[in-house]
Amino acid sequence: MSVNLDAAPGAVHTSGAAPRGKARRGLSRAGALFVSPYVLFIVVVFAVPLVYTVWISFHRFYFTAPGTDIDSPWVGLSNYRDVFTDPVVGQAFLNILIFLVINVPLTVGLSLVLAAALNSKIRGRGFFRAAFYVPYVTASVALVAVWQFLFGSDGFVNHLLGSHAPDPSWLVNSHLAMPMIAVFVTWKQLGFFVMLYLASLQNVGKELYEASAMDGAGKVRQFFSVTVPGVRPATTLVVIYAIITGANLFSEPYLLTGGGGPDHASTSPVLLMYQKGIEQGHPDFAAALGVVLVAFVMVVSIAARKLTERGD
Amino acid sequence: MLRRTAYALLVLALAGTATACGRSAPDPATAAEARGPITVWLSNNAQEVQWGRAMVAAWNKAHPDQHVTAQQIPAGKTSEEAISASIIAGTTACLAFNTSPAAVPTFQKQNGLVPLSDFPDGEKYIAGRGGSLTDQYRSTDGKFYQLPWKSNPVMILYNKKLFAKAGLDPEHPKLATYKEFLETSRTLVHSGAAKAAIWPSPSSDFFQPWYDFYPAFAAQSGGKQLIEDGKPQFDSAAGRQVAAFWRTLYAEKLAPQEQYPGDSLNDGKAAMATVGPWAVAAYKDSVDIGVAPVPTADGGSGKHSFSDEKSAAMFSACENRATAWDVLKFASSAAQDGKFLEATGQMPMREDLTAKYPGYFAKNPMYKAFADQAERVVEVPNVPGSIDIWQTFRDEWTKSVVFGRESTDTGLRKASSDITGLLNEYGDPS
Repeated sequence: MSVNLDAAPGAVHTSGAAPRGKARRGLSRAGALFVSPYVLFIVVVFAVPLVYTVWISFHRFYFTAPGTDIDSPWVGLSNYRDVFTDPVVGQAFLNILIFLVINVPLTVGLSLVLAAALNSKIRGRGFFRAAFYVPYVTASVALVAVWQFLFGSDGFVNHLLGSHAPDPSWLVNSHLAMPMIAVFVTWKQLGFFVMLYLASLQNVGKELYEASAMDGAGKVRQFFSVTVPGVRPATTLVVIYAIITGANLFSEPYLLTGGGGPDHASTSPVLLMYQKGIEQGHPDFAAALGVVLVAFVMVVSIAARKLTERGD
Repeated sequence: MLRRTAYALLVLALAGTATACGRSAPDPATAAEARGPITVWLSNNAQEVQWGRAMVAAWNKAHPDQHVTAQQIPAGKTSEEAISASIIAGTTACLAFNTSPAAVPTFQKQNGLVPLSDFPDGEKYIAGRGGSLTDQYRSTDGKFYQLPWKSNPVMILYNKKLFAKAGLDPEHPKLATYKEFLETSRTLVHSGAAKAAIWPSPSSDFFQPWYDFYPAFAAQSGGKQLIEDGKPQFDSAAGRQVAAFWRTLYAEKLAPQEQYPGDSLNDGKAAMATVGPWAVAAYKDSVDIGVAPVPTADGGSGKHSFSDEKSAAMFSACENRATAWDVLKFASSAAQDGKFLEATGQMPMREDLTAKYPGYFAKNPMYKAFADQAERVVEVPNVPGSIDIWQTFRDEWTKSVVFGRESTDTGLRKASSDITGLLNEYGDPS
């Protein structure tokens, strides 16, 4: 069905026929005009820097003052070889894998359960919906202070645990630092994912719940047989979004564990890009690492999508 | 139509990028002779800002045609990052009175610095002001790209109240030898007087060795730099003694492995800190401070320490360099140095400070210890790849000393080997 915009005012009509060429051109112009600011934004802010990043990753490159005539020779895969042979890079990707293994299932499970609960008629539903969303809209720096108050070596949790507290403490324990960050990020972002699931739950037909109830299904069975399949597209979105944001982890290890400590146990690839590119003046290494990270995120996201959409 | 729109967008984007890439710099020959308004950057230390504003006001009163504007260095994790970013963007001020010598090789490589030796009286002025201390600030091409401006010789500051609480003599603390320092630390922590004896940041930042390892190494080695004659110096008896000493502090929980989110000495959480004289002014209203030299294995006198020096540098974005050079000389003159010392308690990079400013040290005896220490300071080595080198050292230090995941001897050996590799990789550009 199409809308004929060329017709006289008040005579807009619909028809099943394809629009005439002039009308189609008019639509094309209007459409191009409307999307052009966004296309321009995408080209300038994403496409050009991405192409430039790939270019840098194949050259010996460093940032210089304006007007400096420097040679940036082609070095082929040299920067990539440096990336793949740097043990800290390996550690950073391992850290991200640990993060994703904890964060993604926890995010999906908790946000779906909470969304299902908040979708039902419970007392104080509005309050709980807002309460879960507050950490998401609060600055990371403020939340880090809360987390340090709780899990610092002299923090509230260790006071409760007494002699059972881990030694070294949570955030400086090389086995616990990354899981702590994963849990922190899960908590921080939960509200956003709950909101996604809440929106998706509105599309699950009530008749399905009624039919399953008539067939004798309890609440748990309804959850697994009606709710989970009903929000599968949202689950795909949540999983991919959680992977992308997780792979871009920066501020949490930067703020929570003092810049990737203890002993790089919480260093993330993006944090490493910052350290190498900005602090140590190796933008070529950082660019190659960035390209590898993009490839890593794409592979993991595609695999996750295949997994979540299996059976559709 | 769509194709034309796409082409137009692409041209716009490329034009924007080309404009951004086509930044221009002032012509060096013209700029060297040019006079006019300039901007200077100051650190965000309150006392330094106070001195800087007064210095600039004095200059402006005498030179209304060459107006100077003073600002604090733009916010960043470190001043070095903020300066580096502004060099790339071409937005640096003409002068920055807070340039870390460790960052100078990087700024040089970025073509961000003006060689001060190229001014007709540059060499004479810099060497004349700083005396024998200045040579360690020369770059590998033999020129000065920084004016060694002020030092903050690192010493042990301690909280007298916490020492007294622990039953220790606050006027005569036993901190000279490693054995004494460890015993004092154990008493402080085990008595409950303080959570930590000393609490340097255990984080992986490249500059943190300057506040734990490097002062102790300078003292124990008799004044060696991290690298001398193109070779790392710390995989040595002195380096191993220092590493073992700090490892004991961490292993016995006398120094925490977790970063303190604030100022541990000011908050009474730590009884000691390794800091320079700037801290005396910062703590004077909150902590009763005592000063002691950095310990060594045998506690001998006449020990060295890390300078924690900051230089003043001129940046290549500066269009009025003749004015900038005159302002630099004005700001580092004997009269302004006296005012700087008075306002901040930090040590101008001049020899024999106590004789040059006797009135100040008579009025402020605590600073005399820092002035004496300022005669025996060790700077970070001025070598290409300096920040990489410090980061490599720090990574091994956190692994072996802070967290004990390998022996300290292994850590130092690996760091020395890796840094030798970096030195070979960067090469000697001279």
